Amino acid sequence: MISSFEEAIKSDKFIITTEVAPPKGTNLEKMLHHIDILKDKVDAINVTDHQSSVMRFPSLGGCLAIKEKGGEPIMQMTCRDRNRMALEADLLFAYSRGIRNVLCLTGDAVPVGDHKEAKGVFDLDSLQLLMAIRQLTSGKDLGDNELDGTVEFCMGAIVTPEAQPLEPQLIKFEKKVEAGAQFFQTQAIYDLENFASFMKYARKFNTKILAGIVLLSSARMAKYMTENVPGIFVPQDMIDELSDTPKEERLAKGIEIAGRTIATLKKEALCDGVHIMAIGREEVVPDILKAAGL
Amino acid sequence: MKSITKQKPIEEIQNLLQGMDKVFVIGCGTCTTLTKTGGVEQVEAMKESLQEMGKRVTGGTVIPTACDDMTEETMKENEQYIRNADCVLSMSCALGVHQLTLYLDKPVIPAVDTLFIGVEESPGYFHEVCSQCGQCILGETAGICPITACHKGLVNGPCGGTNNGKCEVDKEKDCAWTLIYNRLKEQGRLDLMRRYQPPRNNHVTLKPGIIRIG
Repeated sequence: MISSFEEAIKSDKFIITTEVAPPKGTNLEKMLHHIDILKDKVDAINVTDHQSSVMRFPSLGGCLAIKEKGGEPIMQMTCRDRNRMALEADLLFAYSRGIRNVLCLTGDAVPVGDHKEAKGVFDLDSLQLLMAIRQLTSGKDLGDNELDGTVEFCMGAIVTPEAQPLEPQLIKFEKKVEAGAQFFQTQAIYDLENFASFMKYARKFNTKILAGIVLLSSARMAKYMTENVPGIFVPQDMIDELSDTPKEERLAKGIEIAGRTIATLKKEALCDGVHIMAIGREEVVPDILKAAGL
Repeated sequence: MKSITKQKPIEEIQNLLQGMDKVFVIGCGTCTTLTKTGGVEQVEAMKESLQEMGKRVTGGTVIPTACDDMTEETMKENEQYIRNADCVLSMSCALGVHQLTLYLDKPVIPAVDTLFIGVEESPGYFHEVCSQCGQCILGETAGICPITACHKGLVNGPCGGTNNGKCEVDKEKDCAWTLIYNRLKEQGRLDLMRRYQPPRNNHVTLKPGIIRIG
């Protein structure tokens, strides 16, 4: 049986995904609250996997919590912390517990996170992880041994449409499509002209593209991301729009910008859906959807 | 090809030498001389530091190449000074430390950390270009090793952390895959980047690598 998310990406509907971040510790209250308010408003919820290499409660655990609440999880899986055996085992476990969607990522580098001396594994990369899932689906593990009971996942990956230089990213994107990535969630996009030109290219491939929408909560954050986060470009007029807004209204302005962007993407049918990342302010995702008219 | 080293913090050396008051110091005339971590000058400076620490230096020498078998001769020549010492402090790379332990019954304490095997691209500029992985991919990556030059050792193209040709872990470091892309493009061989590279064999030679020729 295919997942409700896979059904959605196989349909023509405008897909909406968002994400929750597991806690640092065992207090799940906040994450569970976010799941409660989001699960019926989106097609699926990603659970991040030690995002930015910061150790947290695992993605797998967050996905199980979503399942328990009747929601649809997308398990983010990076190659940074587990070798191929551990990744395979976690995929078997996830499948056995009803998790059907996996987002395959290479993972941020260890030194950017909060365990700077930990060993970065990278036994596989994002592409090899997609291929590994295909192999498991075929009934064999990566050691070429028969599995007693196999898996079936809806596989996704990421792409950075604003990467500089762009062509190496696009080559990798095509390799991921070839490996069977059924959907892509992009790095945050703000400049719709640039994104439209990426989509003109991406439309040639048989996969679904969900535009990454990261909520801007201040001009400082927008400026910081443009200057420091690889592949993120916030146009100056958007930064000005935020800095011209009184401080106490900036979050509302950020919600308005995100909503406006989503509405335009949908109206102009620029892509197949959006992936909304509110980064610590997940409770405002319903407001973003409202602002987008969804 | 050179073994690139960095001197350990003097506090760490002092710690390692705890309980050993008489020290013989050995440098190396090859790699650590080149990197100024174990040549004549550094050995002299180390002797002074040891004396300041309250140690007695029984002697010191710089071996031409600490990791080759001539080291045994040098040890014999210095036997009387080494005999008087509680230990030997080695300012050679780890290969030299290994070699010294074969000929000495005294503890050999490293004074430097061995960082990588590198090439000297310009005077004083050392660069790690090979990780000796045992399955050379250079023929498909325009002579730039992604196992070594990419922080994550990725073989299928860049990650999302690449930024204007630089790496997410250090803005001073080049993104290996941007370098590979540029060179393959110049050579008209970008199709090589489109190839799927399967997971690597992490055990081409079981550690420790041992090869017998002939």
